Amino acid sequence: MIFIRAIGLTLLLLLGMLLPSNAAEADLRAIIAKFATASNFSAIEAVVHELAATGDRAVERPLAALAEGRLYVRKTDSLVFVGQDGGGGIELLDPLSGEKSGAAAKGDIAKVKVNNTLRRAIRDALGTLTLGAKDPAARIAAAATMFKTPDATNIEPLDAAIANETVASVKALLEQARAASVLVSDRPEADKLAAIALIGARGDRDALSLLTSVEANSEGTVKDGATAAMAKINSTLALWDAGQNIWYGISLGSVLLLAAIGLAITFGVMGVINMAHGEMVMLGAYTTFVVQEVIRSSFPGLFDWSLVIALPLAFLVAAFVGLVIERGVIRFLYGRPLETLLATWGVSLILQQAVRTIFGPTNQEVGNPSWMSGSFDIGQLAVTWNRLWILVFSLCVFAVLLYVMKRTPWGLQMRAVTANRRMAASMGIRTPWVDALTFALGSGIAGIAGVALSQVDNVSPNLGRGYIIDSFMVVVFGGVGNLWGTLVGAFSLGIVNKFLEPYAGAVLGKIVVLVLIILFIQKRPRGLFALKGRAVEA
Amino acid sequence: MITGRFFAAGADRRVAITIFILLAVAIIVPLLNLAVSSTSAFYVPSYVVALTGKYLCYALLALALDLVWGYCGILSLGHGAFFALGGYAMGMYLMRQIGSRGVYGNPLLPDFMVFLNYRELPWFWYGFDHFWFAAIMVLAVPGLLAFVFGWFAFRSRVTGVYLSIITQAMTYALLLAFFRNDMGFGGNNGLTDFKDILGFNVQADATRSALFAASAVTLALAVFVTWAIVGSKYGKLLMAVRDAESRTRFLGWRAENVKLFAFTVSAVMAGIAGALYVPQVGIINPGEFEPSNSIEVVVWAAVGGRGTIVGPIIGALLVNAGKSWFTGVLPAFWLFALGGLFVAVTLFLPKGIVGMWDSWRGNARALRAASIAEEAGTDPDVPPAKIVRSAARTPGDWSASGPEPQPAE
Amino acid sequence: MSKSNTILYLDGVSVSFDGFRAINNLSLVLDKGEMRAIIGPNGAGKTTMMDIVTGKTRPDEGEVFFDGQVDLTKHDEADIAMMGIGRKFQKPTVFESHTIEENLMLALKGPRSIFPALFHRRSATEARQIDHILGIIRLGDKRDELAANLSHGQKQWLEIGMLLAQDPKLLLVDEPVAGMTDAETEETARLLKDIARDHSVIVVEHDMHFVRELGVKVTCLHEGSVLSEGSLDFLSADERVVEVYLGR
Repeated sequence: MIFIRAIGLTLLLLLGMLLPSNAAEADLRAIIAKFATASNFSAIEAVVHELAATGDRAVERPLAALAEGRLYVRKTDSLVFVGQDGGGGIELLDPLSGEKSGAAAKGDIAKVKVNNTLRRAIRDALGTLTLGAKDPAARIAAAATMFKTPDATNIEPLDAAIANETVASVKALLEQARAASVLVSDRPEADKLAAIALIGARGDRDALSLLTSVEANSEGTVKDGATAAMAKINSTLALWDAGQNIWYGISLGSVLLLAAIGLAITFGVMGVINMAHGEMVMLGAYTTFVVQEVIRSSFPGLFDWSLVIALPLAFLVAAFVGLVIERGVIRFLYGRPLETLLATWGVSLILQQAVRTIFGPTNQEVGNPSWMSGSFDIGQLAVTWNRLWILVFSLCVFAVLLYVMKRTPWGLQMRAVTANRRMAASMGIRTPWVDALTFALGSGIAGIAGVALSQVDNVSPNLGRGYIIDSFMVVVFGGVGNLWGTLVGAFSLGIVNKFLEPYAGAVLGKIVVLVLIILFIQKRPRGLFALKGRAVEA
Repeated sequence: MITGRFFAAGADRRVAITIFILLAVAIIVPLLNLAVSSTSAFYVPSYVVALTGKYLCYALLALALDLVWGYCGILSLGHGAFFALGGYAMGMYLMRQIGSRGVYGNPLLPDFMVFLNYRELPWFWYGFDHFWFAAIMVLAVPGLLAFVFGWFAFRSRVTGVYLSIITQAMTYALLLAFFRNDMGFGGNNGLTDFKDILGFNVQADATRSALFAASAVTLALAVFVTWAIVGSKYGKLLMAVRDAESRTRFLGWRAENVKLFAFTVSAVMAGIAGALYVPQVGIINPGEFEPSNSIEVVVWAAVGGRGTIVGPIIGALLVNAGKSWFTGVLPAFWLFALGGLFVAVTLFLPKGIVGMWDSWRGNARALRAASIAEEAGTDPDVPPAKIVRSAARTPGDWSASGPEPQPAE
Repeated sequence: MSKSNTILYLDGVSVSFDGFRAINNLSLVLDKGEMRAIIGPNGAGKTTMMDIVTGKTRPDEGEVFFDGQVDLTKHDEADIAMMGIGRKFQKPTVFESHTIEENLMLALKGPRSIFPALFHRRSATEARQIDHILGIIRLGDKRDELAANLSHGQKQWLEIGMLLAQDPKLLLVDEPVAGMTDAETEETARLLKDIARDHSVIVVEHDMHFVRELGVKVTCLHEGSVLSEGSLDFLSADERVVEVYLGR
């Protein structure tokens, strides 16, 4: 009975999604009305068959109700209703639309009687009905349900459906559902082995759980076959798991890249240790929050554009704050990296506390626009849209930055100043401005990173604190002064981290990564892609 | 020449005065707390004793940091970790002293282990029933960590900012580790609810006074030891490594060993500070490993004046007194003040209070010497300008290059 | 070529940084007790050669032997310094926050481990040695002054003094007279010649006047290898040397 209810529920759900029922509603009602006059089981069965023969999905409701013993005839007017317990008596629902049509006391209505033969007939009818549904999605859903709740009685309707099926992918699903049913039937071993092979080829977790129960309930070659198929599935699943881990790792890597890439400019190119870098990220996230608040209150229709609007603003806000920090503090400390570290730490405390004072210490709600919500599957991989967009975004930022550094006059000036400050100055480059703008650029990038991170992390005054150590690790690991190093560093750290997590747990995995980096820096103090030569040693 | 020696004597005299004051405080404060009636004007309330005792531990920590930062140029952002490890070693001893007086009354296991369903005492808790064992661990654990960490780091010549960042990563990793419940150190809540230390109630006024005295005496001892180290040939070498590491190598010194020794000694000092701190505040938890704590220690040393012995002590006392005052009066503004302090000290007070004082005194003295010399019609034996510079010399100035950004190595 | 009786023996040494060959198949032999001057344009590999000899840079290939038998490529800076190779940097590098005397004390030959240094007391012999060196480098009256307060030339001399205190067998002296007055330059030449009497010395210098003053065999490096070798007069007549370095 559970099976029928499950099918019924699935179909009810599907019904809501489908097109309005067809025009032949009046015909259907006429047939349904025959339930009131059918006096014995065979007559009722005839009505059931007649209903099923219409091939209209709308008949599922009365049929399912009949199977559950919930189909009633009102004595006063011989109308047929689906009943459901409610209040003192029974609520009456329209058999086709399911709308409430009043209530009745138990004495005022008669139940349409049902026995086991009839129930089987209904089930077959229902199965055939949905399996023969016009919408492939409905057929897929039916096949999936049947796969999960296999029953020997499904085999025949499935056979019929398979014969009629034209869509190859649906046909495969139907065959799998049939195979599942074969396994619980008393068919010969050869059939069962074939079924196991079919299910084994499916290779997902549902197949695995099905085979597990088969293995437990059978013996001989069938059991062996199930065991072998399970082993095969397990190894495929392990591959998918690895794929999933890589995806998680890439996703974490893109977050790390976003957080670190601004630092790669300020630390890597300028050699300025900006401990307030994380706070620039935080400012970007709060800019997003403010933008969304304004949009929510004034222009709700623009919500999906909120991130696009926030990006330039976050860049400007963070770049401006960066500019102020550079002009106000850092420029007096060039050549004294340790002092810079301390001063910028102080700045980070001030920024954090300022945000805490203005916005409060709690997490702020930053929403996902519709195009960043939800997820989709690739095989056994679940990919969420926000993670995917962040990956794309981080790569775009990287590409733009690379372009700016390598192909624009400004990037050329930046690199010239880095390589030989005096020479650059004597060639007419305003080195203080290049310093200030470079720092502002690095900060601005951190700001737009904040926009992206607001989508996956809590927006709180402590947002930046969580990223600063990781960002430094990425930059140092990748090799300072090398944007590609930062890219490789971010993704390799992300992936290693996610691969360690299943074995060591999230916290221990992180500790292991930290320890590994500490050891790595001992081995290669200048990172993966270090510049070599006399000049760097000096 | 004479002036130079006088300054040397001045520095030594300052150390002697500091030691004297600390020893005197170690006797007088407990007396004023215990022996003087609470109505008397001279009475020192117990909370002041506890608070000052805590500050003295901080001062010891700052002094430890200054030994490596001020004298050897190693900016450790992980000294809080050594402090916390020393504290944990002491905390474990104190936990074992609770015995069956815990909430669960388990004679074998501390409360948190009962709570977390431990069946037996983890092996690394063995021995902490004994004070002597805990005392050795207070020295050995931070010392060993520093030794191993430093051995790797200094041998592969990780220097400057890189070293700072990996020390920070070290304390961050420890923070994460100690937050884990299955580490066996009480997880998030840490170790607390202490009852006895060496058989005395930790809450009792007399015990608190004794701990205060112990802190003051230890700090005095640490001042003496630091002074002796810094004044020795090794101390000169330490500063030589700070100023021109490669020069020391080409003279045949192993700069990594020079640093390693100072780093280890400093970590042991930090561990002792932590061990004295825990019984006075009554709790040790993973929060002590927070990277921000370690950086705060740096600002204490910076405010007081790094590369001096008295500076970090003054800095630690002042900043922490300020913190206590702020958190009482304007709690929201403490972080603004602290942040501002970081910026202000690095920009306007690179030599710290003691350094400023010295250069002010040096200026005044030089001026006076010059005017006397003028009156007498003879030149002072050393040009005054040079005296000023020599007296004001601090590690902040060693980089010969001007204030320009240089790409990180 | 026999290594015996050489103090320094470089054969086929090459090193490159990111594809740039700083030293290219360099061979150079210095006999015991010899003083050699090395000249060459900027980027000829003079400083890199010193880096290789003192263990700061490892060569990609080639042999570097000290005293005929010690393979220097297997040792680090501190080891090599202890074996008896002293080095003066191009930019004078002294311990600026120490006095002249303390600078010399740290350089003085003796045990180089931590604990002896921790409990060190200056002996009468050491005091005598320091006095002696202070006399040689003419800084006796400034012994208690901070090295930071010395003039550029005085720092150069202090650094040479520290080299002497080390008592090495071989001295590598990089541009000792840069930034010196003519008088100081002459003085330095005399000092080096003095030192060369009982030490082996390599001097890298651009000042031709000074090199002539030294009056020793000269090696000209160019693009990481030896271009020409001989007396200064011989080199002055060499077309290639004139082309790349001396100029017409």
